[in-house]
Amino acid sequence: MVSLDFAAVLEQWPLLVQGIGATIWLVALAATLGGFLGIACAWARTWGPKPLAWLAAGYVESIRNTPFIVQLFVIFFGLPSAGVRLSPEWASALAMVINLGAYAGEIVRAGVEATPRGQVEAGLSLALTPGQVFRRVVVPPALARVWPAMVSQIVIVMLGSAVCGQISARELSYFANLIQSRNFRAFEAYLVATAGYLVLAIALRRLLLWVGPRFLFGTVWRG
Amino acid sequence: MVPAEPIVDIRGLRKRFGSNEVLRGIDLAVAPGEVVAIIGRSGSGKSTLLRCINGLESPDAGTLAIEGRPMRLDDPRAMRDLRQRVGMIFQSFNLFPHLDVGHNIMLAPGLVKGRRGAQGEARARQLLARVGLDDKFEAMPAQLSGGQQQRVAIARALAMEPQVLLCDEITSALDPELVAEVLAVVEMLASEGMTLLMVTHEMRFARKVADRVVFMHEGAIHETGPASELFTRPQTTELRQFLAALD
Ligand SMILES: Nc1ncnc2c1ncn2[C@@H]1O[C@H](COP(=O)(O)OP(=O)(O)OP(=O)(O)O)[C@@H](O)[C@H]1O
Ligand SMILES: [Mg+2]
Repeated sequence: MVSLDFAAVLEQWPLLVQGIGATIWLVALAATLGGFLGIACAWARTWGPKPLAWLAAGYVESIRNTPFIVQLFVIFFGLPSAGVRLSPEWASALAMVINLGAYAGEIVRAGVEATPRGQVEAGLSLALTPGQVFRRVVVPPALARVWPAMVSQIVIVMLGSAVCGQISARELSYFANLIQSRNFRAFEAYLVATAGYLVLAIALRRLLLWVGPRFLFGTVWRG
Repeated sequence: MVPAEPIVDIRGLRKRFGSNEVLRGIDLAVAPGEVVAIIGRSGSGKSTLLRCINGLESPDAGTLAIEGRPMRLDDPRAMRDLRQRVGMIFQSFNLFPHLDVGHNIMLAPGLVKGRRGAQGEARARQLLARVGLDDKFEAMPAQLSGGQQQRVAIARALAMEPQVLLCDEITSALDPELVAEVLAVVEMLASEGMTLLMVTHEMRFARKVADRVVFMHEGAIHETGPASELFTRPQTTELRQFLAALD
């Protein structure tokens, strides 16, 4: 019979709060910049000039076929030899942006490719530039089409950020690890972290599903 | 009457898709304010002709001038300039599904002509009133009937203040009872002096509204003339067969 002592973990709540805050910061950055990167990739692969399309395809495939933790290590341990030294937190953020950008690129591309030809022609016949057609006519409905998949991917990336503790980025799992190393309550510490991720994931999913249609591609998209 | 300088001037227009020669030398001059109905069998090149006129297809040979200015396909700015003068309405309406009716109409004038804010909105409301949809400014396209959507599409095209309107079977996707409301709008535009090139299967409407009917056959203009003559005294067997098949 295990005796659980959650109090020993919860009394370290300032660390837990800091960790949750950092995880939220990481996912907010990744979702925003990674989202834009994904749209840019989708553009390059569908509407872009050939060289750009190849470049985007290379990027997407190399990210989608390698483990996130290796990408993280390349950025954190590899880049310094190229003269770029990032803090663990910024290295984590960059890795997450690059990772999400690749997956988002594929997701958005599916939405873009499902655009009826007539939508594009209507935009062109109204004297819009191809860029305006892509941004104002193609992207919003494309995002609407793939939003559930996009939201899932953002949640996956948020959960994946737990490995950023491996390079000492001070996010939720890092602090759970720190707490258990101090009080030897590993089971409780990781159960609390699990609960933290669970709540974050559910809240994030709901928030994004609510925000998308209202502010990103719904009737409010008017600019 | 001194013949006005043509607003649309097409000479020797040719277009092929692979080995399929779809337009085999089209000559067509349209006077300002003229209403031209284009009829012909499926695959005779009617849509391709209209799409060439606003640059959605690039011709392989021939010249095309709008208001005396030759079309320059290799110059994107010139093409956008041309498309402001030549509007197009499609069979499938093609309203932007993520924008309400008002913003469907205001998008292009806002981006292209810099007409935003109250000015743009007032103009959009005015156009909606002209197509009989004053109360639909805030409606989403999906909430409208096909006939209403097509009238919004017409208002959206008019918002760019085109001199010429290309209509490609704009009532073909509509339930029969919704055709009349769209044709009424087209008739109003015709009576106001809009230059219209319309591909249509509505022969009665063509007869009533068109100044001239163009019968296309296998990528060429096979026969052309005033509606009254063309329908009552077709000169070629192809047109006779085409008209007979309609009844
Ligand atoms: N983008 C394209 N690529 C290849 N072939 C095409 C393309 N567009 C049209 N065609 C072909 O060109 C021919 C003429 O097509 P077009 O759409 O102009 O005919 P249409 O007279 O408008 O016929 P319909 O009454 O069915 O609309 C057809 O054989 C069609 O298959
Ligand atoms: Mg056609």
